[in-house]
This record gives sequence, C-alpha cells and structure tokens, in this order.
Amino acid sequence: MTDASMPTDTPRHGKSIMVADAHTKKRNASEKRFQAYGLAAIGAGVFFLLVLLGAILSNGLSAFQQTFIEVPVYLDAAKLDKNGNRDPEDLKKVSTFGYNPLIQNAILEQVQAAGIDTPLDKASEMKALISASAAAQLRDRVIANPDLVGETVDFRILAASRVDGYLKGRVQREDLARDKNIDAVHLDIVDQMRERGLLAKAFNWEFVFGADASESRPEQAGIGIAMLGSFFMMLVVLALALPIGVAASIYLEEFAPQNWFTDLIEVNISNLAAVPSIVFGILGLSVFIQFAGLPQSAPLVGGLVLTLMTLPTIIISTRAALKAVPPSIRDAALGIGASKMQSVFHHVLPLAMPGILTGTIIGLAQALGETAPLLLIGMVGYIATNAPDGLVEGFMSPNSAMPAQIYEWAKRADPAYYERAWGGIIILLVFLLSMNIIAIILRRRFERRW
Amino acid sequence: MYDAPHTTERDVTQTEIKIAAKNVQVYYGDTHAIKDVDVQIEDKTVTAFIGPSGCGKSTFLRTLNRMNDTIDICRVEGDIRIDGEDIYDKRVDPVQLRAKVGMVFQKPNPFPKSIYDNVAYGPRIHGLAKNKTDLDEIVERALKRGAIWNEVKDRLHAPGTGLSGGQQQRLCIARAVATEPEVLLMDEPCSALDPIATSQVEELIDELRKDYSVVIVTHSMQQAARVSQKTAFFHLGNLVEYGETGKIFTNPEDPRTESYITGRIG
Repeated sequence: MTDASMPTDTPRHGKSIMVADAHTKKRNASEKRFQAYGLAAIGAGVFFLLVLLGAILSNGLSAFQQTFIEVPVYLDAAKLDKNGNRDPEDLKKVSTFGYNPLIQNAILEQVQAAGIDTPLDKASEMKALISASAAAQLRDRVIANPDLVGETVDFRILAASRVDGYLKGRVQREDLARDKNIDAVHLDIVDQMRERGLLAKAFNWEFVFGADASESRPEQAGIGIAMLGSFFMMLVVLALALPIGVAASIYLEEFAPQNWFTDLIEVNISNLAAVPSIVFGILGLSVFIQFAGLPQSAPLVGGLVLTLMTLPTIIISTRAALKAVPPSIRDAALGIGASKMQSVFHHVLPLAMPGILTGTIIGLAQALGETAPLLLIGMVGYIATNAPDGLVEGFMSPNSAMPAQIYEWAKRADPAYYERAWGGIIILLVFLLSMNIIAIILRRRFERRW
Repeated sequence: MYDAPHTTERDVTQTEIKIAAKNVQVYYGDTHAIKDVDVQIEDKTVTAFIGPSGCGKSTFLRTLNRMNDTIDICRVEGDIRIDGEDIYDKRVDPVQLRAKVGMVFQKPNPFPKSIYDNVAYGPRIHGLAKNKTDLDEIVERALKRGAIWNEVKDRLHAPGTGLSGGQQQRLCIARAVATEPEVLLMDEPCSALDPIATSQVEELIDELRKDYSVVIVTHSMQQAARVSQKTAFFHLGNLVEYGETGKIFTNPEDPRTESYITGRIG
C-alpha cells in the first residue's frame, strides 16, 4: 500500500509547492482511503458490540425480576404438628405434601376474599398458580422456627413459571391450546389478582444467589451456587497458575541458556496457547479423574484443568512484560555487583509487574468464561447442590460453573430457562468487566516511567 | 606483578599496575571481535580507549568486569588479571568482581526509584552499612564524590529519573562509587550529554583519579586528550597503540593512529 516514491522523469525543480502534483494527490488519496477502511472496520465493530449488548440486555434483564404472590398462610397445627409439642424432629416428619394444601387453601381464600370472579372453587385448583417450590420454602421456614405453627404468617411465594411468563409476555393466550400447565381460567384469575395488587413482579435475589432448580420449576433456579463453583475454580487457578507461570517465565526469560531445548519449549508454549480447550478437558479427565482419582464435577479438578489452560497465556504475557523492561536496568544492577537474581527481583520484576498482572487477570477472565473443558470433567449438567459448608467442601463437592450453568439452562426445553440463560450471561459479563477494570486499575497503579 | 609496559614512557610517574591483560581474544559466535590484546592499566590513572565505531573498545571494556558474561554467544580467551588475580578463574564470582570493578554506562540508567535508593542500592546489597545513619553517610559521601550532592540534597527522595541527563549520569557515577570499587569503567559516559554536563563529568573523572583506576571509552578525541593520562587506540579489534596520552596525540608511532587522530579514518 505504501510504495516507495519512484523517481519521476519530470524535473521537480521550479514547481510551486502551492499546487499539489499528481503524485502527491495520489498518495494523499490512498492515505484517505486507508483511513476510511479503518473507520469502517471500527464502525462495524462498534455496531456489532451494540447489537450484542442490546440483545443480551433486552433478553436477560427480565430474569432478574420474578412474579411473587403475597399471601397470609394459616399454619394448621392439626396438620403440621399432631403431637402438639413443636419438636423440630416431629415437624420434619411432615413432608411438603402436608404444606401444599395449606398454601392452596390460602390462595383460594385470598381469591374469594378479593371478590375475584372465577368458576374455580376448590383449593387444589389453585395449584397451577404457584411454584412447586413454595411448599418446600414454607416447610423450611416452619422447621427453622417451630413457634409459627398455629399462627397465620404472611408468606411471599413464587408464582408458577407460566404465570410469571404471562406477566412478562412470554406466555400468550393464543398458545394456551398447546399448554397443559395453565389455562385461560387461571390466567383470568392472574389478571384480576394483578389488578388488585395481590400478585406482582419484584427483584429476585434468588436468581443471583440461589441454586439451580429442576426442569419443571424454572422460577426457582438461580446462578449463585454455580458462581461459588466458579469462585473456587478461580482460587485454584490463581494459586497455581500465577506462581508457576511467573516462575517459568522468569527462568526462561532471564536465566535459561539459548539453545535448541529452550527454543523447543518456547515453541510449545506458544502452541499450547492455541490448543482447543476441550483437549485440556479430556486431559483433565484422564489425568486428574481417572488416573489421580480426584472426584468428578469438583471445582478442584475444574481449577486444575483451567490452570493448564491459563498457564500459556500467563507465561506469554509475563515474558513479553519482562522483555519490555529496558536492558539498561539489568546492566545498571549487574554493573554495581547485584547478582542475576537480585537484578531480576529488585528491578526487572517490579517494572514488569503491570504487564504480569494484566496478563494474569486476562488469563483468569478467559478461564472464568471457559465451558468446553468442564463438559468433560462433569461440571456441566443439572447439579442440584446447596452452598458448600466450608473450603474443603467447596473444592471437592460437585458443582457447576457460571458458563456451564448458562449452557445448561440454554439447552433445557422450557422457554422460561431461555430468559435465565441470558440473565446468567449478564452476570458473567459483569464479572468479566469488573476483572478487566481491576486489571486497568492495577496497571495504572503499578505503572512507572523509566 | 608484571613489569612496566615495554613502550617507553617519559614523564609519567611509575605507578602500580592495576589491570594486566595478556593475549585477550573475544569472540561473538564466529566473529573475532578482539584480537590478541595486551594492555596494562595503571592504578590512580585515567586510561582512555579510543577508536572508530565497532573497533572493539567497548567490548574490551566489558571483559574487564565480565559484563560480557551476560551475552550467551560471547567467549573470552586469554588472561586478565586484577591485582594479579585472574578474573576469569573458575573460582571468581563475577558478582564479587563487579563490586570491585564498577561500571558507568553510555546512557544514564538510574533505577526508577528515588535518588537516595539509587545510591543506597549497592551498599545495601553488599552489606556495607551497619545501620540507617551509616547508610545515610555513605549516600551523602557518594553523592558528593559524584559532584551532585548540592543539586539533590533537598530532594533525595525524588525519583532519580526526574533529573536532567547530566545529573542522571553523575548520579550513576555516584551510584557506582557508593559500592567502593577499585576500578571504574566508563563506557562513553558523555555521549548523551550536552557540553556543559560533559565538562562537569570530565572534571569529576579527573577528581576520581585520586582514588580509582578509571578506564574510559570515548568517541571524542578531545575528551581523551583532556581527561586521560594513558590512551589506547583500537582498530578493527586490534590494540594498535598504547601509551602516554600526550605522546599518542602528538607523536603517534603507528600510521593508523595518526590517520585516526587526524580524521582520515574512522
């Protein structure tokens, strides 16, 4: 594109510089064209970014809202505590089947008290309105606080996924013929309850902090436990990849002799960075699970696999950061009798720190968003689990990870999960964005001029 | 000890030989960069290495404190002795050697730290100071020797990189003398400086001669004539002529030396 200027036959002397000659015009035109290409490329990039963000936000924001029904529930002592001694052990014997009628009764009473016009008059017919998780939530609350038995408590229960979908516009009345979970009669009740303020959408913290739920109750599902899984994996990656990666880079860059063996290592590290991540997954499966016998689906194994995947990124960026430190600094340190190690640790490493930190955080962010290797070590799938009790549990008990959870939701049949997948993407992006901001702040803080 | 150089010298007081190099060969891979150099450098003397670019004078300078060790493909043969001890002996730790043979580089290269830390770094790693007061004294003494104390005494904790080029170079000299070396190697210390800074550094070099053996590589023949007592002329990796500075510049023995100092080769 930028041809060297060719000598022209016409003599240049004696021409006015006020008039651009043909050669100059051509050169300027080609420069203008090149700038236009660049602008067009940036424009396209920004356009696609905006489309992406728009799609994610418009599809995913609704996942943070959920429909709740506020209802006073009478906790009938005759049904929940036949012995009447409020012993938690006795209360635990009553399963969720004991609570369902109570909630359904409460809804029916509320519907009738509000004067809602409906042909339904049996409590069990209210089942379609409420989430299957409501009974379990009520039972947990009673077991935690046995004195509630015999009282009437205000209880905020999750509406069924179809009701939620109806409020969000996902469930349309035209589609009801094909829907076995809800019918027009129930939607009429929903409309009237909404008018009377008995049922409304509210921010749902359970989506951010809760656990995954089964296929049939999307309204209950949350990404919180998968977030913990990701967190424990990142701990493993940080604790292993940063020291190993930095030590390897310092050795290769500052100490290792230049020979065919180090060249080979260098080429292999560069190649490893380009190896598909699923290959690391199958490596992890065979080495960590089948050979070393570590538990399946454990964040520890996930973290080890992601460490392998992140190491090349960290090594490459650390070496680049070390290379960028001017050799005069090394000479200066060596010249006053510092040893090689002193010159590296006192002078070179501090100067390379911003680059190393940036590389590490970018490597971590990459690992945080990785799904494919987790497929092979069993961290993708319906992993219903409670929050881990401690550190060991956190590393060793089965868990999922944020991107794996998103993938899992995206492949489920119920369209209510589609919304949650987008919502999960928003949370994941918030994490990645914050990590990048941290990288920028650290780089600013450590940056020094020399 | 070695005998005095066989080239006859007139008015120079005979001092002790600090560095004696014999049959020194330096190879960069297949390139023979230094060919058979014999030189004897005296204590408490400024010795200038002059010669055209690429003649090997900097390379030879760097063999004197084994800075060439950091270059993988560089190989040194021959015998270089400081105070009679072979510096390429297997028992010699180059780090210890460099504490004894300090170096100042072409481009001022202060650490991106405070002025104080720049000077204190050497004494710290060599354990020269017993306590903070001791270290303060060493730093002050070194900055005074570097003829920069008056300019920086009020801002010792300002970054060394914020000084002007000439000040930075004097700071680097102060940093080098802070470790109490016996020999000071200077690789074109004034090439990045303006004339005023250059004359300050030259005065400083003359001062330093009282305590050290100073070896300076320079492109400027005037500088060599101004600051040095002995001059060595290198050409294409050979040491062409070595002797008293006055004699080299007024009455060179070798026609190549004469051509160079009169500006016909270079």
